[in-house]
Amino acid sequence: MGFPPEFKVVVDKEKCIMCRRCTIECPYGVHVWDEKKKTIIRKEENCVACQRCVFTCPTKAIQIEVRPPAYSPHPVWTEKVRRDIRLQAETGSVLLVAMGNEEPYRRYFDHLVIDACQVTNPSIDPLREPIELRTYLGAKPDYLELEESYSDIKLKTELTPNLKLETPIMFAHMSYGSISLEAQKSLAMAAKEMGTYMGSGEGGLHKDLYPYADHIIVQVASGRFAVHEEYLKVGAAIEIKIGQGAKPGIGGHLPGKKVTEEISQTRMIPVGSDAISPAPHHDIYSIEDLSRLIYALKEATRYKKPVFVKIAAVHNVASIAVGIIRAGADGVVLDGFTAGTGAAPQVIRDHLGIPIEVAIAAVDQRLREERIRNRGSIIASGGIRSSADVAKAIALGADAVYIGTAALIALGCTVCKQCHRGKCAWGIATQDPKLRKRLKPEEGARRAANLLRAWSFELKEILGALGLNSIESLRGNRDRLRGIGLTEVELEVLGVKPAGR
Amino acid sequence: MCGLAGILNRYGKRISGNKIITMANMMEPRYDGRGGGFAAYGIYPQHRDCYALHIYFDNEDAKELTEEFLKEHVLIVKDEEIPTRKIKEIPKRYITWRYFVEVPEKFKNNEHDYMISVVMGINDGIEGAYVISSGKNMGVFKATGMPRDVARLFKVEKYKGYLWLAHGRFPTNTPGWWGGAHPFNILDWSVVHNGEISSYGTNMRYLEMHGYKCRLLTDTEVVAYLFDLLVRRHRLPYELAAVALTPPFWKHIEKMPPEKKKLYTYIRMTYAPAMLNGPFAIIVANSTTMIGLNDRIKLRPLVTAKDDEFTYIASEEAAIREVAPNIEELFAPKAGVPVIAKLEVD
Repeated sequence: MGFPPEFKVVVDKEKCIMCRRCTIECPYGVHVWDEKKKTIIRKEENCVACQRCVFTCPTKAIQIEVRPPAYSPHPVWTEKVRRDIRLQAETGSVLLVAMGNEEPYRRYFDHLVIDACQVTNPSIDPLREPIELRTYLGAKPDYLELEESYSDIKLKTELTPNLKLETPIMFAHMSYGSISLEAQKSLAMAAKEMGTYMGSGEGGLHKDLYPYADHIIVQVASGRFAVHEEYLKVGAAIEIKIGQGAKPGIGGHLPGKKVTEEISQTRMIPVGSDAISPAPHHDIYSIEDLSRLIYALKEATRYKKPVFVKIAAVHNVASIAVGIIRAGADGVVLDGFTAGTGAAPQVIRDHLGIPIEVAIAAVDQRLREERIRNRGSIIASGGIRSSADVAKAIALGADAVYIGTAALIALGCTVCKQCHRGKCAWGIATQDPKLRKRLKPEEGARRAANLLRAWSFELKEILGALGLNSIESLRGNRDRLRGIGLTEVELEVLGVKPAGR
Repeated sequence: MCGLAGILNRYGKRISGNKIITMANMMEPRYDGRGGGFAAYGIYPQHRDCYALHIYFDNEDAKELTEEFLKEHVLIVKDEEIPTRKIKEIPKRYITWRYFVEVPEKFKNNEHDYMISVVMGINDGIEGAYVISSGKNMGVFKATGMPRDVARLFKVEKYKGYLWLAHGRFPTNTPGWWGGAHPFNILDWSVVHNGEISSYGTNMRYLEMHGYKCRLLTDTEVVAYLFDLLVRRHRLPYELAAVALTPPFWKHIEKMPPEKKKLYTYIRMTYAPAMLNGPFAIIVANSTTMIGLNDRIKLRPLVTAKDDEFTYIASEEAAIREVAPNIEELFAPKAGVPVIAKLEVD
């Protein structure tokens, strides 16, 4: 049994000049040249609405439309439910999807509003007055010890290594393999230019990225791909990935056909072999084991790099985060359930984990109650869509955020959700040499850096409106947030007052 | 808008309250009558080693409960009513009482923190009881009214002290009640404040992590607690505590010589949540020091001057000129740069 197409390809016959550009651009086989009939056939059932043909058509003759529901409407047995069941009946398989959670859960960011100054506390104009976004990630001491002599004051305390960010936004971990080298290079160049960092993902570091490694956080995940001394030493910081917001509790799988020569060399696995990241790290079955890995990595890098630990935001995220900081990590990365992914089982992506806003609030509060908030940073990740989300995440208690999907959209991604198929028409989530050429790292870097620049300006506007000239005065400042349309319990969990109070 | 005044006799000579009252009265257009107050150091020499607790009570029940609590936790050496005049401008709404207390022997090694917990215990635990000040040989007098009337109410001119602070209020952000008037005090520290602490949420949660409870419904109390934390508990010199609270911008830190740059960077990193943001001028005092401080971009007025005996700080020049005809120099301190005046005798 086939499926009715989800999208309709509408071609304006008057505008179309039969240049056949669309047949070259479409990697999914929607626009096909028929040699016999000397015309272009449109196989709509293959269309994923990636918009590649629409953007590249020289005469703007193509439009993609959503087809009206093909099924008789039903509130419980929605079209999606029926489609999923039919597909599983056909294949007997787990449904594989890409990008973030699609279920309509409450997005708390959209229920939080930010304060502004009027009269008694003047707002600050960021074009006239300096407003600072610099952020340090890593452990801070409880206090500074000083040595006082009559002439001057000397520091006794030495700080452990911290990452210096000129804007509190970093590019999230997306591995070489899940995305192309060109996409990674774009982000690495942008991170370096903007004084921030990108995550390597678990696929190791291609040699071409070494020049940017001082702006790359290298990941150590359960598969331990590409983890060697040089890899650890060359990065700016190390991140142990325990879990991922899009697929909490499960590992990863890069199919063998994607393991090309270059990827095989970077990941240190044979060409064509499946790259499987186990669900747990096979040497971490408890918090003590995690602590050992943290210190093993610190020893290996002579205590010169901060070590962060990334977890998916789950029900008891607060106590897990406390454990992680006590285990010696310099920061905890919280990945919310709207986080993106290159491939995940749909049932896991859409039903496991908790929202990032709630996770930030719970972790920040608990670390304070334990009086160890200064001993590690909180990096929020998953579903951050705008500078407003960044400001709200920081006001709830995050030190900085990671952006993944937003960064890819800057590179050209249209969120067509086909990353797992490796055919990305925009040259991002693919290893196909022809498709990869579509993304020029210099152009990608320009766009990614521009996104950070734009959001940083907007953050300064928000801070100025709040009458704050430094981001540290927004951090954890829930007093400047109000909730709209939230229950009393939700407000309590988030630690914010309702609008009007 | 609010008005601040502070005066320190650097040689510890005690003077009557008249001078500070005059200073406060010079700035009346800055007040609206919903809060005024004074802090005076050196006024109880006969009980100099006792903590002087100034407490306002809503009613006799609150007073009784508080006294039971005090008897359980400290030794009361003496207690008496804080004397007041009957004036029509300020109807008396509270029972005003002072207790001279000592810390029991077994808590002596951790006296300060113990006293803080006693003060917080009353403010937090007993309804209708408000500890207005708790330092040794000092006291705070404040109420809802113009400073001149508050001074008459509490007979402030009759006290003699070597360090005085005054405040007149024009509240916009928090309700005007007696406890909400300035100065704010915790043990030795007193603060008067003009402006707003826009970073209050961040500062409050940082202080809570260190065991302070912010319950006075105002942003000013965080300043007193931050000084207590940084100077008393973390032993930062005043100059560096001021760097933590109103640090230079990064672009200025970048240009410092390496040692200084490192020190300032470490202070900003370690004390990021202590940074005070928003428009403010404050005067902070303890028994040996008076500090004036502005926000990082100087959004509130503050001037200072010295003569051979006194250091003055005020919101307006007129307040200083009126009481000090022979001042050597009068200037407006730069944004974020503190004025620190210290007692020159023990």
